[in-house]
Amino acid sequence: MTETKEFNVPFSKEVASRYGGETVMLCYQCGTCASSCPVAKTTEKFNPREIFRLVLLGERQEVFQSNAIWLCSSCYNCQERCPQMVELVDVFFALRNIAAKEGHLPKIYSEFAFALMNDGRIVPVSKFIERKREQIGLPPLKTIGTEALRKILAVTGFDKLLLKKEVES
Amino acid sequence: MTSYSLFLGCTIPARLPNYEVSARKALSRLDIDLVDLEGMTCCAPPPVQSLDLETSLAIAAYNICLSEEADLDMITLCSGCFESLTVANETLKQNEPLKAKVNGILAEAGKEFKGSIEVKHYLQVLSEEVGKEKIKANIARKMGNLRVASFSGCHLLRPSKILKFDDTEHPHAYDELIEALGAKSIWYRNKQKCCGGLLRGYADDIALAIAREKIINASKAGADCIVTICPFCYLTLDLGQVLMKSTYQEEHNLPILHYSELLSLALGVDVKELALEFHKIKIDSILNKIG
Repeated sequence: MTETKEFNVPFSKEVASRYGGETVMLCYQCGTCASSCPVAKTTEKFNPREIFRLVLLGERQEVFQSNAIWLCSSCYNCQERCPQMVELVDVFFALRNIAAKEGHLPKIYSEFAFALMNDGRIVPVSKFIERKREQIGLPPLKTIGTEALRKILAVTGFDKLLLKKEVES
Repeated sequence: MTSYSLFLGCTIPARLPNYEVSARKALSRLDIDLVDLEGMTCCAPPPVQSLDLETSLAIAAYNICLSEEADLDMITLCSGCFESLTVANETLKQNEPLKAKVNGILAEAGKEFKGSIEVKHYLQVLSEEVGKEKIKANIARKMGNLRVASFSGCHLLRPSKILKFDDTEHPHAYDELIEALGAKSIWYRNKQKCCGGLLRGYADDIALAIAREKIINASKAGADCIVTICPFCYLTLDLGQVLMKSTYQEEHNLPILHYSELLSLALGVDVKELALEFHKIKIDSILNKIG
């Protein structure tokens, strides 16, 4: 009996099989996304249609090497206008999730992850702000559910992302 | 009096006491009671969703559980929090297998997502629950001829399939709330375009270039100020103008206000109570105009 084994799963299928990536293969390259994108209008480093083309062509390495996937500003303009109902922002999250899992994480994102693990929030509250809050009559901040959060991060394996190598932006 | 659990998030308590104090004062005057709950965490916004989407859903759901336990709908002042929490809330309400998976994770933290509450942005509460008429009836300070470039940002409206507030291509609810205060909400080029704020920290040059365009477009249209409803839009445009001085050698000095500040001023809150010194771009010209 021959063992069946799936060789060379196309990259598009890998992305489509992830939560958030399901709609990637609906893209027919019309470019509505690129013409709606505030980032693509500002820099040549980012073009959503081009990244989708590379995913559909199976150019896995090229997609992750360029770091362009980190330039989506999550404004959802493209997603609103896509005639094929491709959920582009979610696909970008799925691509970033794959990159993160493989240790390709821009420095600022690993800082967010560390802050989340340590403080339960991604922006620290300084002593200055705490004093200022009191002076202007704001109530003291409630305790953050850091312990509960750490349990959640341990179950999902999120905490292990931090052990991976960082890449500079 | 309607009570909501207040989801403060990370940026507002850490950076923007002027936003928080004005929102608390204005909402209280309009009979919206804000309840601060113990144990809330980060909402898991796009920077966390970028790391792992399923973990982010679980984090958002954990916070929603706290509000469910208190039997209160949740109100946010941050569009990022609104979007993250609403996407999680609505997705889990509609997707049983995913809900079961997330509840498996939440069980470790002693929680269970039920899907029994709603998440609302404060602007949505003002628009749909308080209403323009009640706001108009409580106006105590005239706005002069204040010309406001309103900026609703992205995550109050999009993804519209899930957030279901106003019209993403032609929104009007926010402009109506500005005009209810007696100010003029003006048109300016690319009004609905993103501020670029979520690229700050990763691609600062691109974020600043996008913000600069917004400042220039609003100024060209004769705006006295830009009024925002999201802490990221506010920081990107207010602090951004300080960075524009060093990066582009440009002085714009266009005041950026939170809608809650303009609302508080209109409702007659004493200027001294609003911690307005936190503005990087001073807003004296606005205070002089509205008297």
